[in-house]
Amino acid sequence: MNIDPWIFAFSAVTVAVTIAMGIWSAKKSKTASDFFVAGRSVSVGWNASAISGEYLSAASFMGVAGMVMSSGYDALWYPVCYACGYLFLLLFIAGPLRRFGAYTIPDFAEGRFDSPLFRKIAVCFVLFIGFFYTMPQMKGAGTTLAYIFPGLPYWVGVVLVGVVITLNVALGGMKGITLVQACQYWMKMFAISLPVFVLLSVYGHYGNHLQANLVKESSSIISSGDTTSSLEMADKLNRKPLPEKSPADSIWLNPFGPLTTKAVDTAIKAAPDAARKSELQSQRRPYSLLYTYSLIIALVCGTAGLPHILVRFYTNPDGVAAKRTTMWVMILIGVFYVFPPVFGVLGRNLMPDLYNGLAGVKGTDGVVLRLPTLLSERYGLLGSVLSGITCAGAFAAFMSTFSGLLVSMTGALAHDVYGRILRPSSTPDERMRMFKLCAVICGAGAIVLGFLVEAFEINKMVGWAFAIAATSYFPLLFLATWWRGITMKGAATGMLVGGTLSLLAIASTMFADQAKWAGDLKTFYATHPLLRILAEQPAIWGLPLAMLLMIIISKLTAKDIPADIRMKMLVLHAPEKLGLKQEYIQEHQQSH
Amino acid sequence: MRRVALLHTRAMQSSEKQDIHSEEFLRMLMRRQLRLSIACAAAFLIALIGMPLANYYAPDFMAQRVFGFTLSWLILGVLFFPFVWIISFSFIKRSIALEEDEVRSVQAPQPAKDGERRP
Repeated sequence: MNIDPWIFAFSAVTVAVTIAMGIWSAKKSKTASDFFVAGRSVSVGWNASAISGEYLSAASFMGVAGMVMSSGYDALWYPVCYACGYLFLLLFIAGPLRRFGAYTIPDFAEGRFDSPLFRKIAVCFVLFIGFFYTMPQMKGAGTTLAYIFPGLPYWVGVVLVGVVITLNVALGGMKGITLVQACQYWMKMFAISLPVFVLLSVYGHYGNHLQANLVKESSSIISSGDTTSSLEMADKLNRKPLPEKSPADSIWLNPFGPLTTKAVDTAIKAAPDAARKSELQSQRRPYSLLYTYSLIIALVCGTAGLPHILVRFYTNPDGVAAKRTTMWVMILIGVFYVFPPVFGVLGRNLMPDLYNGLAGVKGTDGVVLRLPTLLSERYGLLGSVLSGITCAGAFAAFMSTFSGLLVSMTGALAHDVYGRILRPSSTPDERMRMFKLCAVICGAGAIVLGFLVEAFEINKMVGWAFAIAATSYFPLLFLATWWRGITMKGAATGMLVGGTLSLLAIASTMFADQAKWAGDLKTFYATHPLLRILAEQPAIWGLPLAMLLMIIISKLTAKDIPADIRMKMLVLHAPEKLGLKQEYIQEHQQSH
Repeated sequence: MRRVALLHTRAMQSSEKQDIHSEEFLRMLMRRQLRLSIACAAAFLIALIGMPLANYYAPDFMAQRVFGFTLSWLILGVLFFPFVWIISFSFIKRSIALEEDEVRSVQAPQPAKDGERRP
């Protein structure tokens, strides 16, 4: 084992600070309300940093850079849509949801439809999407620790990070987490930007590194001016030769590259004759456009439907603050997302060996951690120090997202399942004890799931969680805030069918790629590239399907529309200053 | 509904202001908010839907070099973020103004039914 002391030191400090802050704030959070939504008294700046800190997961910190390096331009959609999804949240959902004033999404589901049954369904989805989203975080934890301690088994990292965060959540609740996550945002921002600035000043600018890639591979002797300048730039930057496995310059640099054309390319390889091959060749570009749009829909609408992000809107003191918070979140994550692709671009020119690595830290996913070590050739320790800093950032990334998810899942279990369904008569003290127990249960579940996903890519798994959220939660939230005709039956049917079908579609491509017994499915997808694309990116049909089902079933069951629907819509949309919320609660208490 | 009306009468200070429990008020409220949201979403969606189309139909134009970047990379990797900030900033400003206007239309003696106040 050959451990770099700097890398180890920075990572250890990150973990120690996280634990210390958790314990420190545990002393400050006393009441049950503190535990659930931080007493609703978090300021805009803190809350925006905390949301951003929670949102920038292992996928953003490591996955985006790795994907830009391996797939090129198409991977830029991930950071752009991760950031833009927030705009959708702000435009259509954040304000009304906040005015309705419920602790969690299941609270909203029950309050909006007056249906305790729907609350149970919504709780299941919180847990479901939550666990789906923790898997890539666990994978990030396992692989990063394997980088810091060469030779350490993957599962040790998963257990270590899982236990630390679980204890932290169990001790501090949400209040601790807000503070820890706000700090972790700034840690991640620092960890991703500083190495980029140093690397760019040493190895040449972002644009120059892109210039070194050819727009067109010309086979003719007379090359265009652009080709000449690209070759000159590549010379000037000491670009290293690309290995066989890497995509060619023009494919990498231009849109519709390997990410979106993979299904058709596989089909071309498997095609029996030349006629079929040329037919598929002509479908290549239209299908890749389809893939791009489906990816955009999944990522943009998925953000608006992620349960662990939405719960944070309730920690703002009022609706105006909730809107300001979203604005700041967009600025904070927007600035952050400019940096990871730079790592991918630099990695392609300076560290192409990673293309030969297997998936995980040895492959392109590890470019953020490994690239700074290049500096050691010229500046000695600087490389190790910067690599240590990016490792600390990676730690901050999966630790903060995991703790946010854990709070959200634990809240669902303790607040909804225990406090509302199992024992509505429990005292606040009992609920708090239950919160801690549930944190341990969820943490243990996440660790076990983490063991199972070693073979899958980080960014892919996050994409799945987004696609499922986009086809289940998003249509529910959107229609329930803007259309008064929606009924519980309609909403539940749409959410269940949309979410389940897209999950099955995604799982089928997963099995086709990985499982040995699914050989038939693999051949089927290889001969039907269109179906393969639709199964891999289900949002483009899943979202309209869910909405359509919600509308049709709601029309059929129109008699079930809650009697006080006008009041509900008024509370959702009228400014908070009018005090309709209090009136609504009073009215509800009288009628029960 | 009678209970609501009673509560409301108690809360009333002026008989001339717009009735916040009326169907018209709710419709006006939702229509104005939705119109604002959709207007902002349209600006954002045109860019988001337009980018792949531009890449698809004008690949050479999008591949031209700007400071070493291709135009397409520069837009998506760098310029898209400030663009989204501009939309969200204008939305927040208008939305807060809209809410204030709605509060005023209920509390002011003269109901401003279609008083579209734009900052």
